[in-house]
Amino acid sequence: MSDLAQPSQMRRGVAVSLILLILFLAGWQWGPGLLAIPSYIIPPLSQVFVEFLRMWSVNSLLYHTGITAAEVIVGFALGSLLGACMGYLLGISPIAEVALSPYILALQIAPKVAFAPLFILWMGFSVYPKILVAVLIVFFPVLVNVMSGVRGVDPDMINLARSFKASRAQIFWKIEFPASIPPLLAGLRIGSTLAVVGVVVGELVGGNEGLGFLLAFGEGQANTPMVFVSIIMLTLIGSIAYLVVILVERSVLHYMPKRSLGQV
Amino acid sequence: MRFAGKAGVVTAIQDVTLAVRDREVVSLIGPSGCGKSTLLNIGAGLNAPTAGAVLVDGERVQGPNDHVAFMLQKDLLLPWRTIAENVMFGLEIKGQARQPSRERAHELLRDFKLAEFANHYPHQLSGGMRQRTALARTVAVNPSVLLLDEPFSAVDAQTRIVLQYDLAQTLKSAGKTALLITHDLLEAIILSDRVLVMSSRPGHIIDEVVIEIPQRDDPFARRRDPRVEGYISRLMDRLQIGHPSQVARAPA
Repeated sequence: MSDLAQPSQMRRGVAVSLILLILFLAGWQWGPGLLAIPSYIIPPLSQVFVEFLRMWSVNSLLYHTGITAAEVIVGFALGSLLGACMGYLLGISPIAEVALSPYILALQIAPKVAFAPLFILWMGFSVYPKILVAVLIVFFPVLVNVMSGVRGVDPDMINLARSFKASRAQIFWKIEFPASIPPLLAGLRIGSTLAVVGVVVGELVGGNEGLGFLLAFGEGQANTPMVFVSIIMLTLIGSIAYLVVILVERSVLHYMPKRSLGQV
Repeated sequence: MRFAGKAGVVTAIQDVTLAVRDREVVSLIGPSGCGKSTLLNIGAGLNAPTAGAVLVDGERVQGPNDHVAFMLQKDLLLPWRTIAENVMFGLEIKGQARQPSRERAHELLRDFKLAEFANHYPHQLSGGMRQRTALARTVAVNPSVLLLDEPFSAVDAQTRIVLQYDLAQTLKSAGKTALLITHDLLEAIILSDRVLVMSSRPGHIIDEVVIEIPQRDDPFARRRDPRVEGYISRLMDRLQIGHPSQVARAPA
C-alpha cells in the first residue's frame, strides 16, 4: 500500500491478491488429494476446519488462545517498556553505553529462546516463563531502535536548542524523545511478531496451557489438523498485534510523509 | 581557538579581532576550513574560546544567551511540529507563555508570506519556505545579534535571491545586527555593510572591505550596481581565486 499507487492500480492489486487467496485455499482443499499426499502430511482445508470446530468445543481452543494472547500482550508490553527505557538511558548517557554495551551485545547474540527451559526450571509450568521469554526477545529490537533514534538526532539541532538556553530535560523532551518515536515504533513492529515466537517457544518447552501446548499435544497425537489449527491461531494473534502497532504508528506519525511509514 | 585533533592540537582561528557595530551587517568570507563556523559557535556561546573573549552589548558571552541567535544552512525544523510550532520553538524553550508566542509566530509567518502554511508540517514545504521558517524562528526570540552560517547555500539560485531580499528587509526593519558567513562573494557584497576576508587555517582576518553602495535593504538594486564588479574582483584577489597558481592546483 503506497501512496504513490493510483487508485486503479490499488484496485487491481487487491483483486489479484483475492484471486491468489482463492487459489491458495482451493489448492489446499483439493491439492493434497490430486497429488496423493496423505492427510497426516497435509490435511485438506475442510479437515482443518472440522478440527477447528472440534478443538473449539472439546479442547477449549478459545481459552488456550486467550492464554497465549495474554502472554503475548504482557510480554510485548513489558519487553517494549524495558527496552525503551534502556534505549533512552543508553542513548542519553555515553558512559552507560560504554559500560553496558558489551553485556547487552552478549545477551543479544545469545539465542533468547534457548532461555526457555531455564526459565521453566526457575518458575515452573506457569505463564511467567513464557512471558519472560517474550520480554527478552522483544527487549532488543526496541532498545536498539530507541538508542539509535536518540543518537541519530542532528547535533546542530541540539546546538540550536542550546543556543535558546534549553535545559537537558528540555532537549530530551522536545527533541530527543519525539525524534525517537519513529524508530521506536519500527522496533515495536518487529517486537510484536517476535513476542509470539517467544511465547510459543515457552509453551512448547513446558506447560499445559496455550496454543504452544495444543501444538505439542497435537504433534504427540499425530493429529496434523490440530497442529495446523494451532499454527493458524498463532499467526492470527501475531497479525493482530502487528496490525495494532501499524495503526498506532499511522495515527502517531501523522506528520510524516505516508510512504515512509510501515507497510501492511 | 584550538581543538584537540588526531594529529595533535589544531588551531582553528588565531588573533581574530572583529567588532560589529549595532545594526551593522558584516559578512565573513574565506576558504573552507578557515574557522568561520568556529568563530560563529564562539559568538553564540556554544563553544568557549581557548583564549580571548566575546562581548555582546558590552556583556561577556559565557554561554548561550538571549542576545544572540543563529541560523544554519540546514533548516533544523522539527518534523513533528507544524510550521507555526517550529517558529515558536525558541520562545517555548525560553518559557514564554503559549498564547503570546503563538501570536508572535503568526505575525512573523504573515511577514514572511507563510501564513497559509502555519499548520503544515515541514515536509510539505519547499526548501526555500523551510529556510524562511528557520529565519522566522531565529527572529522570533528577538535577538539583537543574528549569526548566520551560510543560511542560503542549500537552496536553489532563484530561491536564494528571494531569501536574500527577505533577510535584508528583516534585518533593516527590525534593526538587527548580523554576522553572515558565506561562500558567495556576491551575497556578501549585496547584503552587508562590511566584508571581512579570512585566511586559511589558522584563520585570521586579512582584509576588510567596506561596501559603499546604498540600499543595504534592497539586494535586488545592489545586484545591478556597477560597483559590485569592483568589489568582487577585490575579494577574489584577496582570496587568491583565479590566480594561475590556484587554477593549476584545482582538482580536475
